Amino acid sequence: MAKHHVSATLNGDAVEFLCETQQTLLEVLRDELQLTGTKEGCGTGDCGACSVTIDGRLVCSCLVLGVEAQGKSIQTIEGMAKGGALHPLQRKFLEHAALQCGICTPGILVAARSLLERNPDPTEEEVRFWLAGNLCRCTGYNKIIEAVLDAAHEMRGN
Amino acid sequence: MDAKVIKHEEISLKLVGTRPVRPDGVPKVTGLARYGADFALPGMLWGSILRSPHAHARIRAIDTSKAQALPGVKAVLTCADFPEQKFEFIGPERVAVNFWHMTRNVMAREKVLYEGHAVAAVAAVSRRVADEALRLIEVDYEPLPHVIDVDAAMRPDAPLLFEDMITRGVEPVPSKPSNISKRIEFNLGDLAAGFAAADEIVEMNFKTAPVHQGYIEPHACLARYDSDGQLEIWAASQGHFVVRAFTARLLNMNIGDVLVHPAEIGGGFGGKTVIYVEPVAAALSRKTGHPVKIMMSREDVFKSTGPTSGASMTVKLGVKKDGRIVAADGVFKFQAGAFPGSPVMNATMCGFAPYNIPNVRSVGYDVVSNRPKSAAYRAPGSPISAFAVESVMDAAATRIGMDPLQFRLLNAARAGTQTAWGPKHAHDGYVETLQALLSHPAYTAPLAKNQGRGVASGFWFNNGGESCATVHVNEDGSVVVATGSMDIGGSRASMAIMAAETLGIAYESVRSTVADTGSIGYTHVTGGSRVTFATGIAVVEACNKVIVELCARAAMIWDVAKDAVLWKDGFARCVDEGKGKLELSLKAIAAKRAVTGGPIVAEAAVNAGGAAPGFASELCEVEVDPETGSVKILRFIVAQDVGRAIHPSYVEGQLQGGVVQGIGWALNEEYIYDAAGHLQNAGFLDYRIPVASDLPMIETILVEVPNPNHPFGAKGAGEVNIVPAMAAVANAINNAIGRRLTELPMSPPKVLAALDAGPPS
Amino acid sequence: MSEVLYEAPKTLDAAVALLARAQGQARVLAGGTDLLIQMRGGRLAPGLLVDIKHIPEVRAIAGENGGLRFGAAVSCMELVEHAEFARTWPGLTEAVKLIGSVQVKGRATVGGNLCNASPAADSVPALIAAGALARIVGPAGSRELEVEAFATGPGKTVLAQGEMLASFLLPRRAPHSGDAYLRFTPRTEMDIAVVGAGVNLTLDEQGICRQARLGLGAVAERALLVPEAAAALIGTKVDAEALKHFAAAASAACRPIDDKRGTKAFRIKIAGVLARRAAEIALLRAKGNH
Repeated sequence: MAKHHVSATLNGDAVEFLCETQQTLLEVLRDELQLTGTKEGCGTGDCGACSVTIDGRLVCSCLVLGVEAQGKSIQTIEGMAKGGALHPLQRKFLEHAALQCGICTPGILVAARSLLERNPDPTEEEVRFWLAGNLCRCTGYNKIIEAVLDAAHEMRGN
Repeated sequence: MDAKVIKHEEISLKLVGTRPVRPDGVPKVTGLARYGADFALPGMLWGSILRSPHAHARIRAIDTSKAQALPGVKAVLTCADFPEQKFEFIGPERVAVNFWHMTRNVMAREKVLYEGHAVAAVAAVSRRVADEALRLIEVDYEPLPHVIDVDAAMRPDAPLLFEDMITRGVEPVPSKPSNISKRIEFNLGDLAAGFAAADEIVEMNFKTAPVHQGYIEPHACLARYDSDGQLEIWAASQGHFVVRAFTARLLNMNIGDVLVHPAEIGGGFGGKTVIYVEPVAAALSRKTGHPVKIMMSREDVFKSTGPTSGASMTVKLGVKKDGRIVAADGVFKFQAGAFPGSPVMNATMCGFAPYNIPNVRSVGYDVVSNRPKSAAYRAPGSPISAFAVESVMDAAATRIGMDPLQFRLLNAARAGTQTAWGPKHAHDGYVETLQALLSHPAYTAPLAKNQGRGVASGFWFNNGGESCATVHVNEDGSVVVATGSMDIGGSRASMAIMAAETLGIAYESVRSTVADTGSIGYTHVTGGSRVTFATGIAVVEACNKVIVELCARAAMIWDVAKDAVLWKDGFARCVDEGKGKLELSLKAIAAKRAVTGGPIVAEAAVNAGGAAPGFASELCEVEVDPETGSVKILRFIVAQDVGRAIHPSYVEGQLQGGVVQGIGWALNEEYIYDAAGHLQNAGFLDYRIPVASDLPMIETILVEVPNPNHPFGAKGAGEVNIVPAMAAVANAINNAIGRRLTELPMSPPKVLAALDAGPPS
Repeated sequence: MSEVLYEAPKTLDAAVALLARAQGQARVLAGGTDLLIQMRGGRLAPGLLVDIKHIPEVRAIAGENGGLRFGAAVSCMELVEHAEFARTWPGLTEAVKLIGSVQVKGRATVGGNLCNASPAADSVPALIAAGALARIVGPAGSRELEVEAFATGPGKTVLAQGEMLASFLLPRRAPHSGDAYLRFTPRTEMDIAVVGAGVNLTLDEQGICRQARLGLGAVAERALLVPEAAAALIGTKVDAEALKHFAAAASAACRPIDDKRGTKAFRIKIAGVLARRAAEIALLRAKGNH
């Protein structure tokens, strides 16, 4: 069976991989590229744990085929920190204890960063509706929302 | 938002009660933390499990030949690859284990007892080949009539799951088999006399649907069985020692030949204190000589892993006009799923536990039915009986015209109150949670049209049990604290806080880790709200041993008697006046360890008793859309006695998380079956857990009535917060629309039907 | 083991040729948010995926004769972020916003939403209310079809072998017009609609309703255009009395099923409530009070 040879950009670096047609981008990231930060919670786009961005667009990687990544720029949780410097969202999540088991955290961080890139001053309601596609079972969302709002505040330079 | 913390005792602590960043935090926000599905080994195969399409069927034959022949398939397993186990209930009644049941749950033998029951497994070179191979396995089923609902399963004509199941706990012993595994009963006082003396009696029936713990991480593990008979497992589990013990037992191995590594865990809530995939992966690895990884799909998680029970309940309260409860009677019938072991015993004990009632009867039935075997879910059993009891409490308060919080306060259990199941309450704390709500301005704030407010309380035992901790002083004076407790919610931070506080050193000097089963002594599961309590005790005990050793080393250095040295604020200090002011830091003593006797290490192993129970009282405000039955949560406040919050942020997180699970349970979550016993909503699309936009901020009040049995006063905090939640929502809906819903979930069609049924009675 | 082929043609003609040649074994891949789930669940096993996202016509949004044409493979997020689209058709925008999470909307398309032909598809009642036309291309050329005629039953459309949906045309907007979409779900987000109601109204200078369309979703085997309900509003000022008849006609048009997401009785009742509430919002928009 012939596999597809895909070239893309991943967290700013050029990357190449082979994949079958049915392999999702999530499977490629985890099984072919050994980047296990992006998680599988459901495989059907209902939980958001597999969130990545493709050309700046927030998506569920379980609903994208690996072959569809050809020529695209993909950002995963592993690319969020710059060297040793955590992104303000990452720092605020730790400060606010916005994670308990942490399995939803990568997906939520990627989703939150996408929100703040579009809307640097969201209301609590806007944050909640943007993150509706990211399920969390541990925290009740409270501290997650607080952390996102606090990070937005810091990023606005207040 | 700073949490409200109500302290009942002031002692001077430097670190306990602060909010440092957790030691495992950075890997979790950068995607580097490794969960059960994140491990890989060279030569690894993928395991996949074939599951029954029938709710109930006899297995006549399994033909695996075509699957075996598929290129890329390395092994196929059935029950023949697992040894038979003796039928025996082992351990305390409340949490008894039966390996005859367990091996059958992991891999069916004579029958399949639920849709999703494992019947065979395959290891292959890729996920796709493994799934293709499953399609080639031919199972000859003889479908049987099935039964799911608990009331239906108790009927004399119900299809039987076990032809020889005779109800335990009934005298005389029944002559015919049934689906009722066990009946339990607790009695206190004289029930008939109690009800005879009552001025008002309220009796209601309730029904709840089964709900799943809903952890976002599906079960996953990697197993490597080497040809020397040594098995290594990386597993997402709440108890790697339990994984070790159960896997060893199911495969007839010595416990010591099994090493389990604690992966990070993506949620458990009780559902990962049992095993599903580990023995299968291990057996596949044994058969193939390769490491085998198994990851459950979300569909398999819903179809095949233990949710908590659905229940059918009747609760009756007798009260005097002045508000005293004089009699309470509860009958609780719980679905155990395919094998016995629902949490009905917990439910019968916890339901009336917050109250001082002189005459009580509490009866429970553990009933098998054709759905996955139930597993623990956050204070297992207690939220279910609390839904019934706290709804009747609300109705009784209304009947006698008394404020619902004052009604509870009047009847509140305190230290010394007799429980219905035997012992007296040993701890206070409940009253304080009620007072916290009474004094909250929200309790008397005005409400608008279609809005309502409800309150409820709850109780949970909390566990102690076996825990081990090791404390090592490193050469540079930093300290490693290793425990056997999986960290499911930030407990490594609490361990580091308690160790640093005890030793009198900086939080940043302490590295808190979770050790594998080969590196530390037996530690019971991370569950039962026991880790901060029991493992905390072990950590402090180990630190105290280290302090004794540090003082002894200082004494050696100073050439004084051991008892002339005491430890204060991180320094050994000489109390011998004649020697002048001598002091040595931990770092300085560590530097001299080699010449004073070698490494400075201590281990503590405890079987912690003296756990204090959890009490919580909750207030919920809702708005109901009268045209659609939609319920919106406007406000939710939870007041819980936590003893002492070691790390308040993580304690608040437990309260908020448990409440939101309770809200989902109250409003939307349920298992939906068709007539053939097939699950219709085996995914997060139609099994509806709360999303961020469904909720307001959950307000927490941490009441601190310290537990004298813990060095810092901690009480278990993880579970009791879910117990009152569904009743709080039901009572709020009742307050809003004047109708009481007695069936969970209180989804819009049910609310609308209640509204359309006519004016309230 | 079955192999799945993948092609990414750059023109409509090339895509049509691939679909025609595959004799029913090919599926169009646009957003993939329905297709991938169906393949994973074993419900579909196509031999060929035709990825149409590299074809310019199906990705474009542009004015056309005063109306608006948007490609079948424009993602939901691109649509709702398009200022003119959102301003001209706030109701349809609301509907598109409800197609799943932000992540799903980042890939999902209105074309896919229609072609998947779930009776509960969120964009379809609003498209119907808007009077949208679907452009279909195939081996025999292209044709235009009212959206309400596109789906024929759950999972079934009028597309013949080799045909695919290329774009939608929204008509020029008359003055004093407004649209709105409401749906009922148990949670605030992430659910499939139990009922969906899309309303589009045009008033005259005196505030009398001259045109009205109601689209209902999840209450029949496909989304419905309900002319009887619209008739209850035309010629009126859309007052409480007219809305009462409107809602009753909406409920009467329903022929729903009982399923895990809602019962017949509940859907029939809610259809009337939502239709009325959507009409009230559309009316406000038509009057210029946003």
